[in-house]
Amino acid sequence: MFKLWTSIKKDIRILSRDKVGISLMFVMPIILVVVVTSIQNSTFQLVNKNKLPIVICNTDTGKAARQFIESVNKIGMFAVTQTGKDKAATIATDMQNKDAMLGVVIPSNFSADVQKRAKNASDKAMAAFSGQADSVKVPQSAVSLEALTLYYNPVLQESLRFSIQGAIQSALQLVQTRQTLRTLYYDSNEKELPKSLENEMLNSNTKITMLPVSKDGTRTTPNASQHNVPAWTIFAMFFVIMSLGGSVVREKVSGSFIRLKTLPTNYLVGLLSKQITYLVVTLIQAATIFSIGIWLFPVIGLPPLNLPSDLFALFLVTLVCGWCAVSYSICVGVLANTQEQSNGFGAISIVILACIGGLMVPSFAMQGLAKTLTNISPMHWCLEAYYRLFLENGTLKDILNQIGSLLVITIIIQIITYLGLKRKNLI
Amino acid sequence: MEVTGPLAINIEHMGFRYLDNEKASFADLNLQISKGIRFGLFGPNGAGKTTLMNLMTGVLSTDKGSIQLLGQETGKYNKEVNKLFGFVPQDFSFYQELSPVENLEFFGAWAGLTQKQITNRTNELLHILGLEDVRNKPVEKFSGGMKRRVNLAIGVIHNPQVLFLDEPTVGVDVQTRTAIISYLLELNKNGTTLIYTSHQLNEAEDLCEQIAMIDEGKIITQGHIDDVLKAHAHQSLEELFINLTGKAYRN
Repeated sequence: MFKLWTSIKKDIRILSRDKVGISLMFVMPIILVVVVTSIQNSTFQLVNKNKLPIVICNTDTGKAARQFIESVNKIGMFAVTQTGKDKAATIATDMQNKDAMLGVVIPSNFSADVQKRAKNASDKAMAAFSGQADSVKVPQSAVSLEALTLYYNPVLQESLRFSIQGAIQSALQLVQTRQTLRTLYYDSNEKELPKSLENEMLNSNTKITMLPVSKDGTRTTPNASQHNVPAWTIFAMFFVIMSLGGSVVREKVSGSFIRLKTLPTNYLVGLLSKQITYLVVTLIQAATIFSIGIWLFPVIGLPPLNLPSDLFALFLVTLVCGWCAVSYSICVGVLANTQEQSNGFGAISIVILACIGGLMVPSFAMQGLAKTLTNISPMHWCLEAYYRLFLENGTLKDILNQIGSLLVITIIIQIITYLGLKRKNLI
Repeated sequence: MEVTGPLAINIEHMGFRYLDNEKASFADLNLQISKGIRFGLFGPNGAGKTTLMNLMTGVLSTDKGSIQLLGQETGKYNKEVNKLFGFVPQDFSFYQELSPVENLEFFGAWAGLTQKQITNRTNELLHILGLEDVRNKPVEKFSGGMKRRVNLAIGVIHNPQVLFLDEPTVGVDVQTRTAIISYLLELNKNGTTLIYTSHQLNEAEDLCEQIAMIDEGKIITQGHIDDVLKAHAHQSLEELFINLTGKAYRN
């Protein structure tokens, strides 16, 4: 134990004097988590809280076009700006001038077409009521509606565009249905449809209540902090490779290793000491970044990080994730021949593992081979476990699978390290 | 050469070959070094001195034959053998970020000493080697001579019975060299066997009792220093060295 303790003291002393290494392990990830969360928070707010700006150019003078604009306003997801009827050809410029993501041009015969279509439907219905449906002939050209043109900023994601298209379609549907009802009522009763009846017929849709579902039954919606802080904490923990990988290589290539080999202590004691020292470092990193999320984020206008209720599970995931990161760093240090190899391969491999692990692109959005590859990245399992805890407020039993996978990967890395040490005659 | 008394080192039919360096390999080396003597190992660059040191200390493993240190096999990691000897490598073999005290604490613990033994030996060695004033300063700020003394202190912290020294005085001033040599003589007086390599042949004449010269993995002469000089009719080791190994550059 005394040998291990003096080794730990030695590693702590060397680490505490490595200013660059400490900066890479603490300052860089902190900057990263603050910057990325700020950027993603803006995107979250754009999508979740802000209305999408839309420019509508109404070239029609009819009632149906005005009703359509009113319906679009009522959807609630758009901030509508109208532009002059002569601006149809220059709507793209108008969108840019008004920072609008969307633009719609209502054709000049829109109301007339809606009216014709309503009349046609009404005639068919009246014929059906009187048993003469087959004898009613309506020319097809009379019922076709000229397409409404929807312009969009290409930065809009496809899924969001489909949502927008659906919303616009429902506004159109409402206008068309209203007109058909009115016409049908008039044709059958030869008087106007009463407003109250019209409202009752149009607004009796079943409402949809949306509720987030968490493991513990709470209904808090995850914010940018809940997504980013765990992800970049994992990245920070794996970034210890920049200090630890280099430290192993330095020790190996410097004369001190030759002396260590001639002393009556196995080098595995040295590696165990590094694992303990840097495991504590990863725990301090996680505690620091979580603390920043909890206390600093609200001060700088970001949503605060809410810790999961199962703190033991959080500690366990962090511990296993840290151990995996440290094992990986030592493995790279043992296999690399120079510090340049260790730093270069270490940094690039961490970014690759982060990419395939879902830190940069969500793993649920991946397909095929990329989806399969996520399983070999330890960061994927760490992230999955953290998301279960932070986003779904899960407990230890919800993350046992992820912890098990992480442990398997860590043990494989340790075996590779041992074989590398044997092959290089280091133990 | 006839060797009498107990042996510090006994090398029998030892073979070792680097995959990429034929000249530094040994085919069938035999060498005996008596316990308690001061033994010098010399040869031109690339002759295999450092390789032989690494083989004797177990840093490298032999391909064939055996090497015994105080009667025990070296080669594979052997905790018991490693307690018996100290090694002062040619390179600065310590942590430059740490102070002499911190280095001695770490290497002392790895050599098997207790905290109390480490503290006592550290104070003693820093006093003898003139490093008391800088005991808590990081070694990276030291001069070459001071670093050499730290290197030596670490090698002897556990009072080894056999001490291997690979060019322990390279790059130091006369004062430091004199201090190191006199400390080594003192150690030997107290029973430590010294096995030493250097290119400083005049220094070797002061320090060594027995020598061996090796070239291309073979021992070309060995014995008591006076006997060797007499046998080859030379006045100094330097003359003998040039005569036996030639004047051509060695790479």
